[in-house]
Amino acid sequence: MTLLNKSLKTLLITSLIAAPAIASAETAEEKGMRIAVEAKESDNGWQDMQANMNMILRNKLGQESIREIRMKSLEVNGDGDKSLSVFDKPRDVKGTAFLSFSHSIGADDQWLYLPKLKRVKRIASRNKSGPFMGSEFSYEDLSSFEVEKYTYKFIKEEACEGGTCNVVEQYPVDKNSGYTRRVVWLDQAEHRPWKIDFYDRKNSPLKTLTYHSYQEYKEKHWRADMMKMVNHQTGKSTDLTYGSYTFQTGLSDSDFNKNTLKRAR
Amino acid sequence: MKERLFRFVLDRPVWVILLSMLFVFGAAYGAKNLVFKSDYRVFFSEENPQLTAFESMQKIYSKSDNIAFIISPNDGEVFTPKTLKAIQELTTESWQVPFSTRVDSITNFQHTWSEEDDMFVEDLVLDAETVTNADMPRLKEIAVNEPLLLHKLISPEAHVTVVNVTVQLPGINPVEEVPQVVTKVREMKAQFIEQNPDITVHLSGMVMMNNSFAESSLSDNATLVPIMFGVVLLGMIFLLRTFSGTFATVIIIIFTIVSTMGLAGHTGFFLTGPSSTTPIMVLTLAVADCIHILTTMFYEMRQGVEKKKAIQDSLRINFQPIFLTSVTTAIGFLSLNFSDSPPFRDLGNMVAAGVMLAFIFSITLFPAMLSLLPLRVKQIQEGKNDFMHKLADFVVHNRKVLLPSMSAIMIAIIVFMPQNELNDDFVKYFDQTVPFRQATDYMQDNLSGMSTMEISIETGEASGINDPKYLHAIGNLTEWLRAQPETDHVNSLSDIIKRLNKNMHGDDPSYYKLPSDRELSAQYLLLYEMSLPYGLDLNNQLNVDKSSTRVIATFRNLTSTEQIEIEERIYAWFAENASSYDVEIASPSLMFAHIGQRNIVSMLLGTTIALVLISLILGFALKSVKFGFISLIPNIAPAAMGFGIWYLIDGQVGLALSVVAGMTLGIIVDDTVHFLSKYLHARRDRNKDPKAAVGYAFASVGRALWVTTIVLVAGFMVLAQSSFKLNADMGLLTAITIFVALVVDFLFLPALLMKLDKDKQPESTTQTPTNTNSPANTTEGDDNDSVKQIA
Repeated sequence: MTLLNKSLKTLLITSLIAAPAIASAETAEEKGMRIAVEAKESDNGWQDMQANMNMILRNKLGQESIREIRMKSLEVNGDGDKSLSVFDKPRDVKGTAFLSFSHSIGADDQWLYLPKLKRVKRIASRNKSGPFMGSEFSYEDLSSFEVEKYTYKFIKEEACEGGTCNVVEQYPVDKNSGYTRRVVWLDQAEHRPWKIDFYDRKNSPLKTLTYHSYQEYKEKHWRADMMKMVNHQTGKSTDLTYGSYTFQTGLSDSDFNKNTLKRAR
Repeated sequence: MKERLFRFVLDRPVWVILLSMLFVFGAAYGAKNLVFKSDYRVFFSEENPQLTAFESMQKIYSKSDNIAFIISPNDGEVFTPKTLKAIQELTTESWQVPFSTRVDSITNFQHTWSEEDDMFVEDLVLDAETVTNADMPRLKEIAVNEPLLLHKLISPEAHVTVVNVTVQLPGINPVEEVPQVVTKVREMKAQFIEQNPDITVHLSGMVMMNNSFAESSLSDNATLVPIMFGVVLLGMIFLLRTFSGTFATVIIIIFTIVSTMGLAGHTGFFLTGPSSTTPIMVLTLAVADCIHILTTMFYEMRQGVEKKKAIQDSLRINFQPIFLTSVTTAIGFLSLNFSDSPPFRDLGNMVAAGVMLAFIFSITLFPAMLSLLPLRVKQIQEGKNDFMHKLADFVVHNRKVLLPSMSAIMIAIIVFMPQNELNDDFVKYFDQTVPFRQATDYMQDNLSGMSTMEISIETGEASGINDPKYLHAIGNLTEWLRAQPETDHVNSLSDIIKRLNKNMHGDDPSYYKLPSDRELSAQYLLLYEMSLPYGLDLNNQLNVDKSSTRVIATFRNLTSTEQIEIEERIYAWFAENASSYDVEIASPSLMFAHIGQRNIVSMLLGTTIALVLISLILGFALKSVKFGFISLIPNIAPAAMGFGIWYLIDGQVGLALSVVAGMTLGIIVDDTVHFLSKYLHARRDRNKDPKAAVGYAFASVGRALWVTTIVLVAGFMVLAQSSFKLNADMGLLTAITIFVALVVDFLFLPALLMKLDKDKQPESTTQTPTNTNSPANTTEGDDNDSVKQIA
């Protein structure tokens, strides 16, 4: 009894001492991963979403060009999301619609409906790293965030616009990625990204993305009204603004297939 | 004032030496700021219209500075699994090149094809590990039939290929960026060759060229400056036979070069190909001052004058001519400020400063050192003096023949001057020993030249590039360009659209044409752009709102005249076939093509102003308007003759040669100054008739002119050995001009003087024969008789 008592006591004391030690034994990689998982989980359950997207492209001389897109997205548990985008501007691509099933690992499934040709074309390509509609955003930057797409490393805590941010490095798993790493600032309170630095294949600073005017939807889902991407190497930039966000409008799988793509206007 | 200075110098030589050293060390401290800017853009001023056009085009699209790895497998076949694997590895590694933004090779070429409604966009060689011999014919077929690749990245026989790396140099630290890139690509090349010993690799591209500017010039200075020192040492010891004098001269040269370069560093200059020749030029020019002081001093000492007094006399006699010649030389070099090309302005300013510094050292430090050094006077070299006397006799005797015959020869040479062809081919700025030149020649022989023209065609309307009318114009332009005999390659959007149209119709070859519908091409492009990977997008040929596109034509290496002619031909094509679009043509090759012409025009003004200034100074110095005018001929003719001779040697003039006339003007004027001032001295102060005065001039300065000319010609001939042709040509033509100037001064000027000056002062009755020109006196007597006989 006393022996048992004694060992219980020892166990208790040991665990009390060890507990913080175990906590701090979490490596920077594990902590980075944990932050990513938390961020993903905090946004879970948005189900579906619709929004209007507006892009302003600028070159070094300040010349501008505008892109307008309507998009619908469907949350897919355990894999990348599905999305359907309809292009409104420039005028000559009006009505072109883009369907994508993004995947955590491997190439996404992509289809494009060309209204003039009246055909749906499947795009068979591993490339996600090129510019999206000539902008400074790549398709890779715009597709849904999935934990499996990166490996992680926690760097530090730092004050940021959203309070205190965790600064985490993310290393893309896909070898076709255009980046060696991204450095992400996520606030601790709501897990919102505030800034992402992108490093190119030779690990030189390539682009910086900043998030502006966050709005909360359905008391849980934070979305930025504006994202600014600046390319440090070319001096070009793109402003991406979102409007008319609506959540849980009752979209389902049947709204995201080749047939709906043709009908999307 | 002058006398006080001379006395101070000779009384306190140690002080003078210490003060000079203090100054030189202070100046030398600035040399650490002197860095080499290796960027071809330094050749162009900010207001240069071709540079402005090119820069704005680069802002609209993207920069096109590149490195080309030229890969030639020794078995003559690019399409083998082994070689493709090597190329793919090199392509991947190329993304690691500092500032790289794009890598193009045959392996990562974005091949598109379709199967039913599936559109494939993939690297032509996706995974080199898995390709087999059976795949080779198909891959080769695709590559050599692709207009984007053929002649640019792959030779028609598929025996040479290129991995092209585009870099975006930030331009924040231009001194380090290029070497940083070059170090990396050289490492890659070495590693590649180690792993693939049966493949040869050459490095070309704009970055390699930029780097060659620095390397070529710096290695020049490392070899040519010591050679030049050797030439001066030997020359002086042989011609003047003095060790102490040579030693003192070398010190003057070193001090002048060090302080010139140091002060340049202090005042924020940076080095470029042309301005890096400053040490050699200053070296060459500084010698002349010392020679004049030494010859007079030795002459006096031979007359039995004590050393200190001889130095003082020499300073007194030479102060004005040396000052005058230094000023005129400086003015000549300052005329380079009119050049359109900043490196030549820098060269002019640095050398002008160097010449004035040399003057100051020559009248302070030089005599101070001479007064401390042991100097022995050797017996006069009669043979040498004899030669000058013989020459004087010859000129005086044959003046009637010399004047017309020399005039005829001069005119005959000058008529060739306008025959020279304008050419600035930046590839040929380097001789065949420079690896960049070898690589580029090799590329030209097997793939394409380095002459490119970037043609931006603006519709003025967003998405205007999709207009079928526009696309057809681009298509026709592309075909027309390909039909030009000079064309090696054309990179055009129309080829991509045609291919996409074919892909969209199940790869049916009959659809390899431009779509006739605006929305169709817009939607194809959208699809295509969505599928391209990082770095291989179309932003290098489309502007941000797709209102314009850039077609890039590559030609075999062309002369400037040919390039300007093609440029005009392209503009004419647009005027005739597509006049509704705004067209801009720009490229580094075009910038160089125009700079020669621009520079010649601007230097014409600069040279004229320098000529007027120098003639005014001469007029004042000689105290005669008449002789000021007479001096114009021997001052202008040599440069004109130099260019005439150049036509017979090379026939191509460009940027570097356009500055030679202004540059040499200040130097050759020295000969005229010395000769005329001695002539006039004889006429006015010694009451000699023209013929005797000519004899006196020959006897007193002939030898000094001869020696300085030899030193100058030798100096510029050393420069002519440069591997950087820009500097080599400049050196050679300068040497020719200086030599021609001496010939004109010795054979033409005296004959002209005797012709134009003869009536004014009749035969002097009170001849005062002096020991220096007694031989001249005797000939004079003979000559008078012959004149009388003829009369």
